[in-house]
Formats: sequence, C-alpha cells, structure tokens
Amino acid sequence: MAYNCVVLVKQVPDTKRITGQAMNEDGTVNRAALPAIFNPEDLNALELALNIKDQFGGTVTVMTMGLPAAAEVLRQGLYRGADRAILITDRRCAASDTLATSYILSCGVKKLNPDIVLCGRQAIDGDTAQVGPQCAEKLGIPQITYVEELIKLDGKTIVVKRNLGNGWQEVKGRLPVLLTVLDTANEPRVCCAKRLMKCKTAACGPEVETQIRAANPGASDEQVKAMAKQQGELLKQKGLLIEQWDLDMLNADLQWCGRDGSPTKVHRIQSVVLTAKESKSVEPTQAGVDAMIHELIVDHTLG
Amino acid sequence: MANFFRDNDDIQFLFKHLDLENIAGYSEEGFKYAGQCDYAPADGAEARKNYEMVLDALGQVSGDFIAPRSEGIDREGNTLNPDGTVSYAKGIAESLNALAKMDVMGFTLPYRFGGLNFPNTIYSIAIEIVSRADASLMNIFGLQGIAETINFFADEDIKKHYLPDFSSGKVTGAMVLTEPDAGSDLQAVKLRAFQDDSGQWYLHGVKRFITNGCGEVLLVLARSEMDRSGGLGLSLFVCDRGPTVHVRRLEDKLGIHGSPTCELFFDNTPCQLIGERQRGLVTYVMSLMNGARIGIAGQSMGIAEAAYRIARDYAHSREQFGGAIEKLPAVRDLVIKMKMDIEAGRALLYETSRIVDFEVGLSKIAEGPNAEANKEAAKEAKQQLKKIKRLAAMLTPMSKGYCSEMCNRVTYDAIQVLGGSGYMRDYASERLARDARITTIYEGTTQLQVVAAVRGVCAGTAEKYLDELASMQYCDEVKDLVALLDEGRKTMVDCAAFVKEQGVDYMDLYGRQLVDIAMWLIIGYLFCGQASSRAEHNAAVADSGQADAIKTIPMTERKKMLARRWVTRNAPMIRALAEEIKAGDRSSFRQYEILAGPIPELG
Repeated sequence: MAYNCVVLVKQVPDTKRITGQAMNEDGTVNRAALPAIFNPEDLNALELALNIKDQFGGTVTVMTMGLPAAAEVLRQGLYRGADRAILITDRRCAASDTLATSYILSCGVKKLNPDIVLCGRQAIDGDTAQVGPQCAEKLGIPQITYVEELIKLDGKTIVVKRNLGNGWQEVKGRLPVLLTVLDTANEPRVCCAKRLMKCKTAACGPEVETQIRAANPGASDEQVKAMAKQQGELLKQKGLLIEQWDLDMLNADLQWCGRDGSPTKVHRIQSVVLTAKESKSVEPTQAGVDAMIHELIVDHTLG
Repeated sequence: MANFFRDNDDIQFLFKHLDLENIAGYSEEGFKYAGQCDYAPADGAEARKNYEMVLDALGQVSGDFIAPRSEGIDREGNTLNPDGTVSYAKGIAESLNALAKMDVMGFTLPYRFGGLNFPNTIYSIAIEIVSRADASLMNIFGLQGIAETINFFADEDIKKHYLPDFSSGKVTGAMVLTEPDAGSDLQAVKLRAFQDDSGQWYLHGVKRFITNGCGEVLLVLARSEMDRSGGLGLSLFVCDRGPTVHVRRLEDKLGIHGSPTCELFFDNTPCQLIGERQRGLVTYVMSLMNGARIGIAGQSMGIAEAAYRIARDYAHSREQFGGAIEKLPAVRDLVIKMKMDIEAGRALLYETSRIVDFEVGLSKIAEGPNAEANKEAAKEAKQQLKKIKRLAAMLTPMSKGYCSEMCNRVTYDAIQVLGGSGYMRDYASERLARDARITTIYEGTTQLQVVAAVRGVCAGTAEKYLDELASMQYCDEVKDLVALLDEGRKTMVDCAAFVKEQGVDYMDLYGRQLVDIAMWLIIGYLFCGQASSRAEHNAAVADSGQADAIKTIPMTERKKMLARRWVTRNAPMIRALAEEIKAGDRSSFRQYEILAGPIPELG
C-alpha cells in the first residue's frame, strides 16, 4: 500500500562555515554572515521519505515554518522529489521556542493527516532535538527517535532500527507514527536535473510579490498584488506554487504560539572566541606524538 | 562539502564569458520546445539558469559523492566473474547510480527521448567536473556520444527502443571498434557481419580493448561487404549484451582502473544495422570519434585540474630550507605553468565545443525536417556550415591533442612538486599520472590528432580562423599582445606554405611543430578575448601573508596577466619552431636505420 509522508524541515545557518563574523557582539548568531542551508539531518529524513515513496508509492510533502526566505529549502525538497511544499509563515510565529514551534507544526501536520511524519534528529543551529518528539506528543501519535534504518512497513505497523549510540534497537510501532532520523541513516540524493529545471520557478506568494515588484518598479501596490495573484494562479496550475499557510488557516490557539507560547527564557549567552591556530606542528618523535595524544585526551577529542 | 563547479574560478568566469544564450538558441532550435516539455527553457536567460543549476548539482555530487570514492575505485578495479559477467568497482556502481538518479545520463539527447538536450559546451564542462572526481567514471558518463550516434543516424524504431533507456541510466553503452589488428587503422576491421535468409544481421568475430565492453548496448563496427577491403566495406551495427556476446578478458591496466576494458567475442550475435551500409566508418564512426575526442579533452582537463590542486596545496604547505617550497623560483614556475596550461586547454576546449554546437545547430537548420519549409534559412546555413565543419575538424583534434598532452605534463609536474611523497600511493598524484597516460593514446593518438589538425593548418583553415580572431575587439591593455600574435600568424602562414611545397611526408614530419604554433596562437587570441571580456567575476588570490594584500582580483585583470605571460613567452618559441621547420632536416627519412640503430633482441 502507498503511504503519505510529511517531512518537517528547517532552514538553518551553515554552522560548519563559521567565520570571524558569525556571532554578533551580543552573542546571538549573525545569520547574515552564514549561508542558509537545508538542515543536514532533515535531508536524511527527506531521503527516507522518498525511499518509502519509491518503494511503496504515496506522496511526500515538505513543510517548514519560517520567513518567506525559507521557501528555498522547500524548493530544494521539490528538486529532490517531494510532491508538495507548504510554508507556514506568520508574524505571530516570531520568537517561538521549541514548544511553540512544535505546536504550530503539529497544527499543520494535522491538516494533512499523514501516515508517517519524518524529521531530522536535530537542527545544527539549536541542537535541541526537541521539536520532533514534541510534535508527536501534540499529535498524540507514537514517536521513534534516532532512526537509522527502515526494516518493515506493512500497512498498519512499522519496524525500524534505532541507533542509541551504544547499541541498536529494533522497534515496532503502529501508524501513524513520527520518526526522527539520524545522519547515518542514508546518503541524501542529489537534486534531479529535470526537477531542478522544472521547479526552479516554484515560489510562495510573498516571493512572487517581491519578484514582480522588482520587475515593475513603477507599479502601485494594488497593481503588484493583482499581478502577483495572476502569477500565483499560473504557478498553481503548473504545480509550482509553494502553499502558504498562516495561523488562522491552522486554527491555531494563539496562546501556544510565538512569544506567548514559549516558556524558554534565555538566562545568559556567552561568546566563546577560540584563538588557537588551525594547524600545529608535531615533532615526528615519540615524545612529540606522546604530547599530542596527551593533549587530545585532555580536551576529550580522544577517549 | 566540495563543489567542483563552484570552487573553480576559471570555470565560473568562462561560464559567464561564454555566449550561452546564443549557443542555447541553436540547441533549443529557437526555444520551440518550451511549451512541449516542462523543463525546456523559454529563452536564453532561462537556458543559462538551467545549465548553471544542473552544473551546480553535478559539481556537488562530484565533490561530495564521487571524489571520496575514487581511491577505492582505483584499488578495487572491476571483476570478471566466472559466469562471464563483469562487476564494476563498488564506487563506480554507486556513482553511476547517483548520476542516473540525477537524470544526467542523457545529457545531450533530445527531450523526446528523456534527455536534457544540453549543448556540447555544457557537456564539456560537465565531463571535466566528473573527471576531476574520478577519471575512470568519465569513460561511462562521458561516452554519451554512443547514444548520440544512434540519435543522429539510426532509424526511428531503433532510437525509440534504445534512447529512453540511455537517458534514464538503465543502460550504458560501448563503442566497439578496435580489433587486434585494427587499432589506429580502423579500415582493417575484420569482424564479420552477415545476413540470414530473412535479412536478419549477425556479428561474428573478436574485438579488443573495448571500454565498457560489458555495457548493455554495443555499437559495433563490422565488415558487411566481404568483397570490399578498406573503410567502404564497413557498416555500423547495434546489438544488446546477451548470451552470444562473451567477455573473454578484462585488461589489467596502468590507470583508469574503474573503467572496464574488455575483449569481446561475438558468436553469431543478432544485431541491427545503423543507417546505411558502407557508411559505418566513413560517416558514423568519424562523427562518433569526433564527439569522443572532445570527451577525452574534457577528461584530460579534469585530471589536470585535480593534479594541479594537490601540487598547489603542497607547494604552499611543504616547508624546506626554512620556508614553503613555493618560495623557490623553480617550484613557483612549475606551479604557474601548470595553472596557465590548464586554463589554455580550457579556453581551447570550450571554443571547440562552441564551434561544434554551432555546427550541430546549423546542420539541423540545413538538413533537418524544417529545411524544406524554410529554404532561405537552410541555404544560408548550408553555406556557413561548410566553413564551420572545416573549423570543427581542425579544432577537435587540436583540443584532444593539446589537452591530453597538457594533462600528462601537469600530472608529471604535480609529482615533481610533491617529490618523493608524490611517488607514493599516499597521495592521489600518482593515480592521476597513471590515469592521464591513456588520454594521449585512445580515440586516436596525439600523432594522429596532429595528422588531422595539420591538414587544417596547411589548407588555410587556421589562417582564416586566426584572421577572424584578429579582427575581434580587444581592450587596450592587450593590444601589444595582439600585435605579437599577428607576427606569429604571419610566421605560421609562411611555415605552412614552406611545408606544402615539401610534400605530404614533410608535412607529417613537422606536423607537430606546425600545429603547436597554430594552437599557441589560437589560445593567445582566446586569452586576449577573455582579458577583454565584459563578464564580471572576482577570482580569489592566495594569501601572501602581508597585511595590505588583496584577497580577490577581477578575473579580466588576472587574464590580462595570464595572456601577457602566455603570448610573450610563446613568441620566441614560435620563432624557434619556425626555424626548425624551415631548416629542412630530413634525417628522419634518410638516416633512420643508422640513427635508430639495430632492432634489439628482447629477452
């Protein structure tokens, strides 16, 4: 039988490419200085969903919550083979912590009523690994975290292998289910050439407006809106309109959203500046190697 | 996270410099496919965007997925199983699967067969990118000309049967030409093609050194006219891998270990004729070989780029005599020469690819299905085509010859920069040198490329083309270089006239020198053209460690420096070669037996 999958994805700053300007003076992340990328483990989740689709049929929907710019990760999802893309964007989502985020996302997932919800284990910006499990709680469905391999799927139940770090577990769960996926689960596929060419114009409403405003600098707001609507219809016909949902469409309870729905309070942020040089010469002698090993043990790189 | 398209400043610059909108206009036949195929571009700008996105994705898969597998592929090689099947090295199988999933195995095939319909220029860039990751993989990814040959010359039924499977990556192909006694001289092919009473064709005989001979679809050159010796007795056939095709042996090679080189025995294998009888070698294989030669030039570029990068890094990081070895004059010169020669090869290859795209586009207008309806355009295209065909026939062997020789020099020098470490298997430089070695041999040796190219030089094609290059607009900073090139052009014309007077043997004896002069001049003009480009791209500059050092430089400024170094250093070389040509030494003919000495007895 075919399965409908929803993959929850996040656009994150590429924390692997930290440069001098990565942090603001107040200790927050300078998002402008870091390229925005598809959260790596979300790609593994997407790959698993696409594998399920390849093997059993069904659909894959990618969903994210964020600013209109986050539509880029949804396009990336389409390039790889997702059938549908949904952007949840609303000013009232701002300042959401993991609890509020998972509430909002779960409202979105509920509307789609999927068989399987997939998330990356964690995002490389916050590293909390909370949103997936919290979503499952709010949806009232089973969750299986740290998934490394799909073993069986038989219509009503799923069997997966989870990696606990010190061993593996085979877990059976009933559908619908939420999985959080590890980076060791698979090697995400690359974008498909034909889908790249076809879906490159996929856009969400605000993006269409921005494009039209840029192309028609003299147009009034009303004209821009009218043209954007027309263009949106055209994209929709081609299946290239990234759907945009707001909190009203989700029937979300506002007290659980944004700042009001976020109990997390930041106590203090510390800016840690690493001053060590990138490379270090080690003398090719027993003493040199011993010193290096000792140093690696002290800073917990080894052991 | 490596991207072999994005991390290469020269490719990035040339991508902007090339008139891709114009090239796309030809390959998209006036963008008529936009309404018919949901990924076909509607205009030049969209085509450029498509090319960029696909090359970007290919650059990523090459850097992240394929390159990390190349060492394993080299060590593992392919396996001939007891049941006669061949298993690819694991990394090759995985990489091919990734490329098939990416939909790039029908790179230049038309939309109606599931292809991307990309021009050769973009395919050349793609081949370089993939070859930089793994040279041996190119022998499968880069030989899409096999499918292209079916597309150009076969009947519609054959096309419909085979081409969609090529595009989807379900099948790979082989060009099955070489035999034990027919290597460079394909006119000597013996493998027999015969018909039964129903008209069904069969193949019988042995083929040797067949790249990817274990592929599913085989394009076989065979003797169909038993009463005719030579090229006109040969026809081209297509057959499937099956129980009557036996892989008798896998060659144990110096390099490109991931590419299976097979000896094949055809035991009355059923097959289909491609196009017309007797045109197998003279028309179809010649076309196939020209495409493959450009492919090998691209492969050479990729190998050279990979080797250069290792050497560049090592020259900077290896410390001897109290500092980085790149501080030593001899090492710096080696590094710059490698880089300059790579950019020279790229300039020549992209220009050749552009001309070939032009040729293919004009052929469609002149001979395609719409030629009848639009007679004026067809007539005009036909006229242009004559000139372009001659130019493509000269530039193609030049590119193959230059790039393959260059990549051997660069991989040799890369090991030289790394010294003892480069000779060890710890670094990829030794593998790259082994992989490079075949490029000057297959698809026609360098010596045969020279034979083909020198005829273009002596017949006036080079002169006309250089005239055309000379008449382009160049920026003031390179005007003196253009004047130097102009002098060189006169020298070349002079030498060509001298050589023609001496006869064909003399032309082939000094072909290399004459072709070198022509290529250096062409590349000189192309560099000056790049220096005068309107394309904006900032190239990274190495950190000199000084506080006020610049970090980037506009590529056109860098190209001005490069053009100056190229033209001024080659000018005296051109004079020297001219002197050698005109000295008239014929000792190679007259004193061969004495100078070469007796034939040694090999133990």
